[in-house]
Amino acid sequence: MAMFLALCLGFGGFFLGVIGQGDPIGVHGYLIAFVGYLLLFLIVHSFYSPNPSPKRVTRYFDDPTKAGIILAMLWVIIATFVGDWIAWLLVFPEATFDAGWSSFGRLRPVHTSGVIFGFGGNALIATSFHVLQRTSRARLPDQLTPWVIIIGYNLFCLIAATGYLMGVTSSKEYAEPEWYADIFLTVVWVLYLLLYLRTLKRRKEPHIYVANWYFMAFIIVMAILHVFNGLAVPVSLGHAKSYSLFSGVQDAMVQWWYGHNAVAFFLTAGFLGMLYYYLPMRAQRPIFSYRLSIISFWGITFLYMWVGSHHLHYTALPQWVQTLGMSFSIILLVPSWASAGNALLTLNGAWDKVRDDPTLRFMMVAAIFYGLSTFEGSFLAIRPVNALSHYTDWTVGHVHSGALGWVAMITFGSIYTLVPWLWGKKEMYSKKLIEVHFWLALAGTIIYVFAMWNSGIIQGLMWRAYNGEGTLAYSFIESVEAMKPYYVARAFGGFCFFLGTVIGLYNIVKTIKSTDLELAAPPDKEPIVHSSDALTLQTAE
Amino acid sequence: MTFDHETLVAFSKSYGLFYMMGFFAIVVIYAYWPSNKDKFDKAASRILEDEQE
Repeated sequence: MAMFLALCLGFGGFFLGVIGQGDPIGVHGYLIAFVGYLLLFLIVHSFYSPNPSPKRVTRYFDDPTKAGIILAMLWVIIATFVGDWIAWLLVFPEATFDAGWSSFGRLRPVHTSGVIFGFGGNALIATSFHVLQRTSRARLPDQLTPWVIIIGYNLFCLIAATGYLMGVTSSKEYAEPEWYADIFLTVVWVLYLLLYLRTLKRRKEPHIYVANWYFMAFIIVMAILHVFNGLAVPVSLGHAKSYSLFSGVQDAMVQWWYGHNAVAFFLTAGFLGMLYYYLPMRAQRPIFSYRLSIISFWGITFLYMWVGSHHLHYTALPQWVQTLGMSFSIILLVPSWASAGNALLTLNGAWDKVRDDPTLRFMMVAAIFYGLSTFEGSFLAIRPVNALSHYTDWTVGHVHSGALGWVAMITFGSIYTLVPWLWGKKEMYSKKLIEVHFWLALAGTIIYVFAMWNSGIIQGLMWRAYNGEGTLAYSFIESVEAMKPYYVARAFGGFCFFLGTVIGLYNIVKTIKSTDLELAAPPDKEPIVHSSDALTLQTAE
Repeated sequence: MTFDHETLVAFSKSYGLFYMMGFFAIVVIYAYWPSNKDKFDKAASRILEDEQE
């Protein structure tokens, strides 16, 4: 079956390569074909390895999680490197080597997609498989689907990133990949949803733990958003370019309904799933209020759906739709702070652990940044505030306080918790290095955010300043020149953050390779999966 | 069948408010229903008994 899929991928890619001659889609076709044949080779190669123990089906299936974590760390290094590169590009705009691929417009989506989908997505898929199995006390129903999801998803990320460099883009922010990549991702995503539901169906726990609710919301809503925002007609089958089904202000509204819900369900709901599992586990304390977590779950899912229009204040969008987005953005603060407060109150009484354990501190800082950036978000969504902040670096700072401070910090905390468990080690290779990573990440984030607050507010004020004659006091280029010191500071902060991720991967690799940290495994562990289930699993494989 | 702008706004201002409030009430009642307390407390502490490897 796996061979058949790899062959299909190989032939499909080759076909796309042939009909797409002379178009970027052709290059992608051959890339897909190459990956397909490579997988085929690897599968055939694995036939020569010894048979796995039949007992494996009585345990949890963690290999895809392991792969996902390493991939997430590789993506975060690449994507924050590109991010820092374009930060310096803003300081020295001439540093493009006179090439198309190295221009800001092409590199920026490599950075944004790389961190959101490459890093965030892999981390979410990997941790969701882990949390799902543990909280359901059930093994994933088969071995092939999780691998198809991990490999397929990363192939999508690769197609997206290489496409941007060649100039392939739908020009929809955070949804830049073109139609063929979108269709491919849809297939992978539906498999992901089905895998999740199939595992939940096999669960031994009567109650579905709240972390799974968040992961489910993330999977389901992303599918809906992706399909609707991606509706487009390609020029032809052999052409990368497509045109959206929507036009004008409707296109803008659909795009930002997608855009803000990507923030909501990809960058918030999924990572809250992580928070609600790994934070209690690391602190060894149950969540402060399980009831509050239910209320904030439904608050977040129902309120976020309406806030997208706050990206379109003072545009052709009807005034009442703008007001609607603004109102919901403000109400949204309630469930957001409920989650952040719930996390911090869980730690209340365990502050000694937070002081001593940098991993837990990553999670605590994440909860604080989550609280801060959701407050800032509600504030920026207010129309008159937005008049000052929109199109300025304040927005960029806000996004990074969420992405670096909340999303990345909770992920690093979860990964440092998870790696020793998965690879059967006592602890991480070096606690000191986690400490270094923590301070680099925190310092980098704070430098970044402060630089952007300054530059953003100065930009906003300069653009709206009038002189005595009633004309604009500054030309646009003067506001650009005034940004230079802040852009240097931002690039420096970004570099600190990037350095932290490299140290993180080094620490993880050392942990995996170390033999001293090995946990002595009891020879015959209790099976986690019931024997009757194990039997059906084995025959299914 | 086409709706004019006024009708849509009136509909969303009335129905939209009530279904949201209604849903909110249902969620709060579910979360705070006394007999559910035990289930939720168990769910919150059960994860800590998980076996990791």
